[in-house]
Amino acid sequence: MAARVDALYIFLLIVTGMMALLVFVLILFFAARFRHRPGIRAEQIEGSTALEITWSVIPFFVFMAIFAWGAVVYFKERTPPADATEVYVVAKQWMWKLEHAEGQREINELHVPVGRDVKLIMTSQDVIHSFYIPAFRIKQDVLPGRYTVEWFRATKPGVYHLFCAEYCGTQHSGMVGSIVVMEPAEYEAWMNGGSTGPLSASGEKVFAELGCATCHRSDMQGRGPDLKGVFGKPVQLEDGRTVTADENYVRESILDPGSRRVKGFQPIMPTFQGLVSEEQVNALVAYIKSISDAKARDGAKTSAGLAAPRAPVEKDGSRAVQAKAQVNGSQVQRP
Amino acid sequence: MSMSALIPQPVERENYLNKKYGVWSWLLTTDHKRIALLYLLSITFFFFIGGFFALLIRLELLTPAGDLVQADTYNKLFTMHGMVMVFFLLIPSIPATLGNFLVPLMIGAKDLAFPRVNLLSWYLYIIGGVMMLHCMLTGGVDTGWTFYAPFSTNFTNTKIVEAGLAIFITGFSSILTGLNFVVTIHRMRAPGMTWSRLPLFIWAHYATSIIQLLGTPVVAITIVLVAAERALHLGIFDPKLGGDPVLFQHLFWFYSHPAVYIMILPSMGVITEIIACFSRKRIFGYHFVAFSSIAIAVFGFLVWAHHMFVAGISVYSALVFSFLSYAVALPSAIKVFNWTATLYKGSIHYDAPMLYAFGFLGLFTIGGLTGLFLAALGINVHVTDTYFVVAHFHYIMVGGAVMGYLGGMHFWWPKISGRLYPEGWARLAALIVFIGFNLTFFPQFVLGYMGMPRRYYDYSHMPEFQVLNVLSTAGATVLGVGYLLPMIYFLWSMRYGKPASDNPWNAAGLEWKTASPPPTFNFEEEPVVTWEAYNYEELDAPHPQEVPVAR
Repeated sequence: MAARVDALYIFLLIVTGMMALLVFVLILFFAARFRHRPGIRAEQIEGSTALEITWSVIPFFVFMAIFAWGAVVYFKERTPPADATEVYVVAKQWMWKLEHAEGQREINELHVPVGRDVKLIMTSQDVIHSFYIPAFRIKQDVLPGRYTVEWFRATKPGVYHLFCAEYCGTQHSGMVGSIVVMEPAEYEAWMNGGSTGPLSASGEKVFAELGCATCHRSDMQGRGPDLKGVFGKPVQLEDGRTVTADENYVRESILDPGSRRVKGFQPIMPTFQGLVSEEQVNALVAYIKSISDAKARDGAKTSAGLAAPRAPVEKDGSRAVQAKAQVNGSQVQRP
Repeated sequence: MSMSALIPQPVERENYLNKKYGVWSWLLTTDHKRIALLYLLSITFFFFIGGFFALLIRLELLTPAGDLVQADTYNKLFTMHGMVMVFFLLIPSIPATLGNFLVPLMIGAKDLAFPRVNLLSWYLYIIGGVMMLHCMLTGGVDTGWTFYAPFSTNFTNTKIVEAGLAIFITGFSSILTGLNFVVTIHRMRAPGMTWSRLPLFIWAHYATSIIQLLGTPVVAITIVLVAAERALHLGIFDPKLGGDPVLFQHLFWFYSHPAVYIMILPSMGVITEIIACFSRKRIFGYHFVAFSSIAIAVFGFLVWAHHMFVAGISVYSALVFSFLSYAVALPSAIKVFNWTATLYKGSIHYDAPMLYAFGFLGLFTIGGLTGLFLAALGINVHVTDTYFVVAHFHYIMVGGAVMGYLGGMHFWWPKISGRLYPEGWARLAALIVFIGFNLTFFPQFVLGYMGMPRRYYDYSHMPEFQVLNVLSTAGATVLGVGYLLPMIYFLWSMRYGKPASDNPWNAAGLEWKTASPPPTFNFEEEPVVTWEAYNYEELDAPHPQEVPVAR
C-alpha cells in the first residue's frame, strides 16, 4: 500500500512541481522583463477567451487524472481482502487494546507476520480516535458506537510507529504504540505463547452467560432469529428493507436491537447497551461469525467493503487446525 | 512660530479622522471608515494574542519531550490559537477593515447601506471577543478549534459553552457585515458604476458576503446543538443515546470549509487591485476573475466532506467530494493564471504592496497545489491529520489571506491615515515575512509526509522529527519579527510619516479620487463613473485629454 501511495505522491510532486515552476518562472520572468522603465508604458490587453479556455481545460484534465488515480488507491485502501486475518481494536483515552481473532491480547502493540493481510475491526470506548500507521500510509478514524475497518499487509519485518491521529484529549500524544512485523516462524512462536483461546470461544462464553441462547435457538422454536449461518448474508427487516449482516449490523442488534429488527420477530429483545463491554461485543461478533459457514461468508461483501474471515489455510497449519476445531466445537456445543 | 510655516499643510482639510475628537465620537460613530479603524485595532489585538499562542506552541515543539508546558496547557494553546486566529482575525480581517473602509469608497457611496448595523456588528465582535478573552483567562477550552463530538459534548470539562457562545455572537457580526455589503453593492453604486465596472475587490467581497450570509448560520446552529447536547444529553451526537458523532463533522465543516473562502476571497480581491496598479494594466480577463470568485463561493459549499475522508463516510461519498474538491480548485487556478498574465507587457513597479502581492502569489500557489495532494483520496488517507495539513492550510490562510491583508494595508494606508510609511522598512518587512513564513511552514509538509500527527505536544517517541521542528520554530521567530515591523512603522508614520497625496500610487479606482484621508461622507460631490475599471492607460497617458478613452 505504501508503494501505491508513494507512486501517486511522486506523480503529484512532479505534476504540481511543473505547474509551480511554470507559474513562478513566468512571474519572475515577466517581473524582470517588464519592470518599469521611464518612457515605456504598459500595453493594455483585455484578455483572451482562448487562453482562458486553455488554462481551464488542461488543468481540468490533469486534475481528473489525479482524482482517478487517487480514487483507485483509496478503493484498495478501503477494501480488505476477504481472507485477511482479523484483529479487533478497542480504542480508549489513551490506549489501544488489540485482540487477535486467535485470542492474543495486546496493549499499544500489535504483532503481525510479514506478508499476511491483516484486517482491523475497530471501535472506541469513548471519543473519536484514529488508527494511523505512517509507514503503511494508512489511517482510519475509530468511532464510538460503530465499527470502522482498515487493513494492511506488512512487507518488511521491523517495528513501526502507531499513532492516534485524531485529537482525543490530554494524553493524545501519548496514545502511541508500535506495530511489530515478524517473520512468519517467529510470529508463530509468539502466537503460541500465552494465548487464552480464540476470541470466538470467549464470545461463546459471553453468549451463554448472557442467556442469548434462550431465544436465539437453532430449532425454529426460538423467539429470536437463529444466528447460525447468518453472518454475511442479507437479512429481511420488519420495515421491508434488506441489510447485510456485517459486523456493524450484529453490533447494532446487540446494543440497539429495536432499530433494525428482523422480519417476523417481535421487538422483545432488551438492549445490552451498558451491560456488555466493547471487548465482549467484539467477542460476540467473532462468535457469530464463527457459526456461519465459510462459503456464505466468502460471498459476503458488505457496504464497508467488509468480508468475513476464513480459517487461515496455508503455511500455518497448526493455527488453521486450531481454528477449524474451534468452529466445529462451537457447532457441536450449540443447543 | 517659524516652525509652523514648515509644516506642509498648515490648514488641514476636514476629514473623517479630525472631524470630531473624543472617545464617544469613535464609540458611537456610524462612519464606515471609523468603524473600519475600530475593527483594525481590535483585530490587531487578537492577532497578537493568537500569535503569542503560536509562539508558545512552536517553543514547546523545539524539543521532542513535553517540557515547556503541560499537556493540557498545550492542548488549550492550540485550541485558543485556532479559535482566535480563525474567528477573531482571519474571518473579519479584510472584510471588516479594508472592506468596511473601501466598499463604499470604491463604488462611490457615502457609507454602507446600514451604518448603525455596521456599528452593531463591531459591538457584537467586541462582546464575542471579551467573552472569548474571559473564557481563555478563566480556564480555556481544550477540544481544538474543531470542537469534535463526542469529546466536546461528553468528555471535556473545559469551557465549551462559553467559547461556543463567544463564537456564536461573533458569527452574527460576520453575518451583519456580509448583509451590509450585499445590500450596499446592489443598491448604492454611483451612477455609471455598472457591475462590469466594479473593481474586482468588490466582486471578491460580494462573493465573500454571500458565504457569510449562508454559511455562518449553520455554524451557529451547530454550536447550539453542542451546547444542548452538553446540557440536556439529547442524543444528537452521542452514540450511546442513538446520536452520530460524524453528523457533527458534517455540520461543522459545512460552515468551516466555506469559511476558508471567507478568508481567502477578500485577499484575492486585494491582490487583484495591487497587481493591476503596480503593473499599470487593466486586469487580464476581468470577467473570468470576477466570475471565478462567484464560482468559488458556490462550489465552496459542496466540498465540506473532504475533511472527513477517514472519518467513516462511505467510499462513494468520498469519491463525490474528492471530485468536487478538484472542481473548486479550478477557479483558483484561473485566478493565478490571470494575475500572471496581467504582468505580461506591464510596467512593473516594486513598491511594498507589490512585494506582498508577489509573496501572495508564491505562497498561495504552493498552498493551492498542495491542496491537490489532499484532495487525492489515496494520499489524503496518509496525510490528513498530520503536519501536511497544518502546512497546507497555513499556506492558504497565512501565506494567502494574511499576506493579502498586509499588502492591502500597505496599499491603502496612505488613504486610511493620510500618511506615507517608510518604503524601505516596508520592503524589508515583506521580505522577512516571506522568508520567515517559508522557513516555518515548508518543513511541516515534510514532517507531515513523514507521519507526524497534528496536536502532539510530546514527540519523544519519534525524535527523528526534531530537526524539522527546530527549523520551523526558527522560522516562526523570523515571521514574528516580520509581523511586528509593520505595526511599528505604521504607528510611527501616523505621527512622523510624510503626508500622502490623494493618489500617491496614481491608482485607478474611485477611492483615489477623493482626499487622503477622505472626508466623512467620502466625496465632495456624488461621483459619476464614465470609465472602465483599471483604466491605467488613461492614467498613464502623457496628455490624458488627447488620448481617446475607448480602445
